[in-house]
Order: sequence, then C-alpha cells, then structure tokens
Amino acid sequence: MSRPAPRPMHEPSSVGQMLRQHGISRRAFVKYCTATASLMALPPGLGAAMAQALHGARRPSVIYLSFQECTGCFESFTCSFAPTIENLIFDVISLDYDDTLMAAAGSAAETAMQTAMRENFGKYILVVDGSVPTGAGGGYCTAGGRAAADILTEAAKGAELIICVGTCSSFGGIPYADPNPTHAWPVSAIVGDRPIVNVSGCPPIAEVFTGTLMQYVTTGRIPDLDEHLRPKVFYGNTIHDRCYRRPFYDEGKFAKTFDDEGARSGWCLYELGCKGPTTYNACATVKWNGGVSFPIESGHGCLGCSEPGFWDKGSFYGTLSAAAWGKAGEAEPLHVLGYGAAAAAAGVAVGAGSSVLARQRLAHDAAAAPPAGGPGTHPTTPEKD
Amino acid sequence: MDLLAFARGPALTIALLVFCAGVLWRIVGFALLRIRAERSRARASFAKSAIEGLLATLTRSWPHREFIARTGAGEALGYSYHLGLFAVVLLYVPHIEFLGSLLGFTWPGLPSTVITALSVLTATIFLGVLFRRVTNPVMRMLSNFDDYFSWVVTMSVLVTGLATSAHFGARYETLLAIHILSVDALLIWFPFGKLMHAFYIFPSRAINGAVLARKGAAS
Repeated sequence: MSRPAPRPMHEPSSVGQMLRQHGISRRAFVKYCTATASLMALPPGLGAAMAQALHGARRPSVIYLSFQECTGCFESFTCSFAPTIENLIFDVISLDYDDTLMAAAGSAAETAMQTAMRENFGKYILVVDGSVPTGAGGGYCTAGGRAAADILTEAAKGAELIICVGTCSSFGGIPYADPNPTHAWPVSAIVGDRPIVNVSGCPPIAEVFTGTLMQYVTTGRIPDLDEHLRPKVFYGNTIHDRCYRRPFYDEGKFAKTFDDEGARSGWCLYELGCKGPTTYNACATVKWNGGVSFPIESGHGCLGCSEPGFWDKGSFYGTLSAAAWGKAGEAEPLHVLGYGAAAAAAGVAVGAGSSVLARQRLAHDAAAAPPAGGPGTHPTTPEKD
Repeated sequence: MDLLAFARGPALTIALLVFCAGVLWRIVGFALLRIRAERSRARASFAKSAIEGLLATLTRSWPHREFIARTGAGEALGYSYHLGLFAVVLLYVPHIEFLGSLLGFTWPGLPSTVITALSVLTATIFLGVLFRRVTNPVMRMLSNFDDYFSWVVTMSVLVTGLATSAHFGARYETLLAIHILSVDALLIWFPFGKLMHAFYIFPSRAINGAVLARKGAAS
C-alpha cells in the first residue's frame, strides 16, 4: 500500500477562520493591521480596510526556498519583535514549504513542495533566501539531488510573486562577491519573467519582510519599487537622512575612534566608515528587535549591507569620501605610489625634453640670425624675462 | 563596478596621474627655460634681488593705489571666490577625509551648514565673475576657450557638490559619483589650461620682481 502524499503544513482557509481558531479578537486584529499600515507609512484609515480585506482573504500559499545562504535572514524573520504578531504572520499565510522550519524532511518535504506548487499553480508566493550558484554544474547547492537553479526555475513558473529575502537572493550578496567562486547569481538573473520584490539586507529587517508580504496579501498589489526592485516605503530614504546622529554631521562633529568622547556623545560615525549616506533601508526608523536599536545606535557605522555589491565596495572602516584604490576598492598605497612615481617621472622627462628642444631652437635661430643690430634680431623663442 | 566605484577608483587614479604628470611637465618645462642674458650692469646683488622678488609676490597681490578705483571691484571678486573655494575644498570634512586618504593626515573642518552657505556664496560670486567677463568689452576680447572652459569645469565641481549635499535631482550615490567625476575632469584639465596659474602665479611674480630689481626697476 502506497503512503499518501504529505499535505502542506497548513490547509488553506480564510484568515478569519484562523483568527477565531486561535482566539484572536477582531479588536486585536484591527490594532495589528493599523500598526502594520503605520509601519508602511499608509494612511491610518487603511488599517481598518486592511483588516477587513485580510479577514476574508484566503490564506495565500507561500513556498520558502533557501539556497546559498547562512540562514541569517530566516533567523531575523523568526526573531520578529512581537511573538503574537509573528504567530499571526505565520497564520495569515499558509507556509507550505520551508526546509528550515518544517518538520518534514527528505522526500516527504520535497513532495510537500510539489503538492503546494501543483495545487496553487499561478497563485502562490515564492520567497527565496540566498543566492543561486551555477558553478560546477550547480553542484555547490543542491536539495533533493537537484541544483538550486533548477529548483528555482521550476518553482518560479507557478509563482504569482517572488519575494527575495536578503541581499544574497536580491543582489548576490557575499557569495557573489569577487571572485565569486561558486558563480553565484541573484534570483533576478535566473528568473526574468516573474514579478520580483527585493527585500535586501544582511539580514533584512523582519518587519520590512512581513510588511511587504502583508501589503501584497491585503491589497493584491506590488508596492512601489525603487530601481533595485525594493519597496520604496522601506527603501526610499538613506539611513543617513533618517539617522538620529545626522545633526552632528551637519554641525561637523565626528567621532574619531569607536571609544572616544565623540562616539560616547553620539556624534556622527562618518569618519569611521559609516555607509549610511549611500545606503537605503529602514534601519534608522523601524530599527531592530521591536525598535530597540540599530547598528549605528549601538555605536558601529552602517556597512551598507542592503546595497548591491556592498562586500566589494572597499573597507567597512574607510571613509565614504576617501579615494578608493585597486580592483576591489581596497587601499593599495604601494601600487599608487608606484604609479604616481612613474607619472611624476614621465612629467619631468617630458618637461625636460621640451625645454631642451626650446633651447636647441633658440640656438639654431641665434646661429641663423643676421649680425647684431641688423633686422630680425628681436627674440621670438621662449625665454624667461 | 557601479558609477561611484568607477569615479572613486579608476577614474580618480587616472585623473591624479594625469594631473601629476601634467603639472610636473609644465613646471619643469618652465623652470629649465634659458634665462635671458643680462645686457647691462646689475643694479642689485642676487641676494637683494631675491628678497625683492619675494616682496613682489606680496606687493603684486594687492591692487596698486593708483588703479584701485578701476581694478578694486574685480580683485575683490577674485579674492572672494578664491577664498570661498579654498574654504569649501579644504575645510569640508568629507573633503578633508578625501585629502587625508591621499596625504596621510587630516585637520579640523567647519560645520557642513557653514560650508553649504560658503558654497552658495562662492557659486554666486562665480556667476558674477562670468557676467563681468562677458559684459566687459576688454575682458571679453582677452578671453578665449581656455577661460570659459576652466570656468565651466570649476563651476561644475561647485554645483555638483551642492547638489550632492542637498540630495537634489538624483540618488545620493549618483550625485556623489557625478561630483567626483567632475573633480576628475578638473584634475585632468588642470595642467593644460589656465588653472595652472595656481602653480605659476607666485613663482612668476617672484621671478619678475627679482629680474626687475636686478635691472634697477621698481616692481
């Protein structure tokens, strides 16, 4: 007798049913939706509308694929600031496949994914975490004996929306960094014909991911995206523009070391390499761990982890406006000095050569000139007065 | 490699190399020119003429009393935007950090708001200088492509810098890249145009003063 195929972790049902099952009151749910709307900078009235839409909404199937990653993004997601809210998020969606979280393993897990994809074809949300390696025939990252690129290509076909969680799936991240030994790629390089939303960050802020997901589930629309396909509501401003240390930047007050008086007084970390001016994320506003803090508030400059190629943009501790030498922006003073010396030598040589030619021309003109006092004795060659 | 990485990396490296080679070419080429032979008895010793030459760098840097009514306004404009440029370039902390990465040492800067105000003032004076150049018949006749192109290159650095600090018109990293690229363009143009006066002006005044003292003429 053959074993029945395992079912997804949650049967799709309406959100309202799930809320009643879990004893969550409508009041608490509206409060949650209002908080989410506020987080996404939506008008306050939209909170109730969101609650109404969500209450009757069918829980969308979500397939969460993890490829070449460190599970930090998922860790961030699971550490969302309010456990009850986190439970709600898991119940609002039907998380049908997630190899980190699901109890099933091996062929049972793979069958669950196939079932979810088949039953929700064209309607499920595909969440991808990690870059996709294509080197060694895709052998650097496999699941169930299949290469990550093949799994992604198959799963993307029936996806209504793809959400890339973290910088690795959004932009390639650390695996994509030079010299990219596994030939890793971001999801957008593998899948070109499905709508993609990037929620970048290393890791991304949990509320940015859940907020993006919530907005899509409730409105059915992809939020406005920036040029890197990130929701503008979270990635519309630089961290520098929203940073509480920004006034010190304007006043010209900068910490010189991580433990000096300026650092303790909350002065700007620009000179210590903060990449806040070129980094777009909600760290300075949404913050982490329920709004407790964010890296700059903890005393360390921004690394720019939500930006493409952040790992290859030079030292984390190099000032943003400093010159960047070398292939990967790393300081190579000896090479620079060598090039500078060569340029200086070339300049001196050309300058000396031109003056020698000028002198020769002067001597030639003097030899060819008529005797002194005659016509044509006015010097026409370059000389210093 | 994105635009900012290109501007800060290869473009800046090439610009600095061209600047370095070009400036040395111009300075060495000038320094090794033959000094014209003296055809009359020297009126001052070498030491005295050298001192007169150094003094000339000061006296010629201030308008002569007889001409101050005619040239004072122009000189005031010139000094104003030069001082503004020096302050903006040398006392803005991100600039200090950039120069520090080249020189190996840094110095205190001014608050960003002060620098922004100075930049706006300097750019305004710079516009006034251009207006004077195109409206004054003599200056217009004396001006050539070099004057106008040098103005454009310098002004573009000021304008892009202001746009960058104000986040005006594009994303910050794009504006910063354009600003650095404008600096790269200025560095490349510098040795080949009249911007080279930054290196020539004081040595030429000193040499003129010394030669005139040697001939017994007032500088």
